[in-house]
Amino acid sequence: MEINAGDTAWVLMSAALVMLMTPGLAFFYGGMVRSKSVLNMMMMSFITIGIVSVLWVLYGYSVAFGDSGNGLWGGLSEAGLTDMATSMTTNGGAYPIPLLAFVLFQMMFAIITPALISGAIADRAKFTTWAVFVGLWATLVYFPVAHWVFDFGGQEAGTPDAGWLANLGVLDFAGGTAVHINAGAAGLALAIVLGRRIGWPKTLMKPHSLPFVLLGAALLWFGWFGFNAGSALGATPTAALAFATTMIATATAVLGWVVVERFRDGHPTSLGAASGAVAGLVAITPACAFVSPIGAMAIGFLSGVLCALAVGIKFRFKFDDSLDVVGIHLVGGIVGSLAIGLFATTSVNELGKDGLFYGGGIQPLLTQAVGVVAVLAYSLVVTLGIGYLLHKTIGFRVSGDVEVGGIDLAEHAETAYDLAAAAGPVGGSKIPTGAALAERKVNA
Amino acid sequence: MKLVTAVIKPFKLDDVRSALESFGVHGMTVSEASGYGRQKGHTEVYRGAEYTVDLVPKIRLEVLLEDEDVDDVVEVIVKTAQTGRIGDGKVWVVPVDTIVRVRTGERGGDAL
Repeated sequence: MEINAGDTAWVLMSAALVMLMTPGLAFFYGGMVRSKSVLNMMMMSFITIGIVSVLWVLYGYSVAFGDSGNGLWGGLSEAGLTDMATSMTTNGGAYPIPLLAFVLFQMMFAIITPALISGAIADRAKFTTWAVFVGLWATLVYFPVAHWVFDFGGQEAGTPDAGWLANLGVLDFAGGTAVHINAGAAGLALAIVLGRRIGWPKTLMKPHSLPFVLLGAALLWFGWFGFNAGSALGATPTAALAFATTMIATATAVLGWVVVERFRDGHPTSLGAASGAVAGLVAITPACAFVSPIGAMAIGFLSGVLCALAVGIKFRFKFDDSLDVVGIHLVGGIVGSLAIGLFATTSVNELGKDGLFYGGGIQPLLTQAVGVVAVLAYSLVVTLGIGYLLHKTIGFRVSGDVEVGGIDLAEHAETAYDLAAAAGPVGGSKIPTGAALAERKVNA
Repeated sequence: MKLVTAVIKPFKLDDVRSALESFGVHGMTVSEASGYGRQKGHTEVYRGAEYTVDLVPKIRLEVLLEDEDVDDVVEVIVKTAQTGRIGDGKVWVVPVDTIVRVRTGERGGDAL
C-alpha cells in the first residue's frame, strides 16, 4: 500500500494542534479560578497528559481501536503498540496513513477528555486522587466509549470490528458524544461526589485572570481545527468542510452568548465571549463534516444561546460544577449531537445523512438520541461509581483549611504569584515607594 | 502635633498630593485601602451569576502636622478630593504624643 504524503502530513499536524488544546484548556480553566488555586487547576490538565499518554501506549489504543469483534471494547491485541511502526490504516479516511499517525492523533483526544472533567471540581480535589481517577476513568470510560463511537472497523460502519454506536449509524464526526457528553456527564458526577466548595454559591469566587481565560479560549479554538478537520484523517474536501463549519459555528456562538448577556445582564462580558467560543466549538464537533455552512451558523448560534442559559442550572439544583463543564460540554455536546438529526445533509458529505430539515424524516434524530443517552448514562453511572469508591477509600476532597487557605500551597508547595511585588507603587509611577525611594535617597 | 488621615477616591490622589505640595506639606504616607460607607459596593456578573462586591478600593493618606496647620490642610484635602458624589471619603484628625525622625533621633516639631 502506498502512503499518501499529504494526508499523513495533515494528520500529524492535526495531532500537534489537538495536543495544544490541553494546555489551552489549562489556561481557560486556570484563569477562571482564584489566584490561590490556579496552579492546581492547570496541573490537573498537565498530569493528565502524562498519565493518559502512558496508558494509551500500554493498552488504551488497543481497547479503543483493537479488533475484538464485540462492539463494546477493542480487546488487548494491540497492547503496547507492538509492530506499529510499519503498519498503515485508513479507519474511515480515504487513503492509507501510517498507523502511528492515527494512534498519536487519537491519543490527544484521550488526553483532553479527562482533562475537561477537572473544571467541575476546581479548588477542592486531592491531587493524587485526581491522578488515580484519571487513570481509572480513561480505562473504564473513555477507552471503551471511544471504541463505541470512533472505531469503524478499519473501513466503514457495518463490520463486526466496529463500535456498536458506529454500527448503529450514530454520527459523531469528532467527539460530541465520546468527548464532550462523556466528559460533561463525568463532570456532573464528580461535582455531586465532591460536593460544594465552602461558601458556594453565596461567596463570590471570581475569576482571577480573564486574560488567561481568553488566551485559553483562543488556543482551544486554534487547536480545534486539528480536532475537527483532522478527524477527516486526510487532506480532503471533508477536512475543508469541517474546518469551515468549525470557524463559522464558533463565531456565531460567541455572538449568541454575548447577545444573551447583553439582554439578560446588561453587559456583554469577556468571560461570556470566551465561553461562547468554547460552546460553539463543542456543539459543532460532532456535526462539523455533515452540515452546510448555514447549518453550522444555526448550530453555533443555538449552542451559544442555550449554553449561556444552561450555566444557570447549577444554581437551581445546587451542584457546584465550578467552571460549567455541564453547562458547556454536556449541554453543547447534546445540542451538537442532536442537531445532526436536524441539519445534516448529504449534499455536503455523502457519507452523512439527511436530517429532518433536509427531508430525512425523524429517524436520524432518534438515532442520534440513542448515542446521546447511551454515552451520557454510561459515563454518569460509571463515574459516580469510580468517584464514590475513591472518595470513601483514599478521599477525594482536601480539608477545609486547605481549601480556604489555598490548594496550590498545600498540594504543590507553590504559589502562582508574588502578590506583594506585583501590586507595585500605589497610585501609579508618580509616587516612588519602597525600594525605588530608598535608591533615590542613596543616589542623592 | 496632629495626625490627619484621609480616605479618598483613588483618582483624586494626584490632585490632593500636588495641592498639599503647594501648600507646603513635604511628606505623607499613602496606602491602598478598601472599605465602604454609604456608597456600598458594585455588582459584577460572571456567566450570568451576579455578585455584590461590598468593599470599594480607596486611597488612605496620612500626614503629620503642627497644630496650627491642621485646619488649613484639612480644608485643602476636602476641597481637592471633593466631587460632590457619594463615596468621596472621610478626613479625620487625632492628636499625636511624640514624633521621632529615625535617621537623626530628632523629636517633636523638629522631626516633621
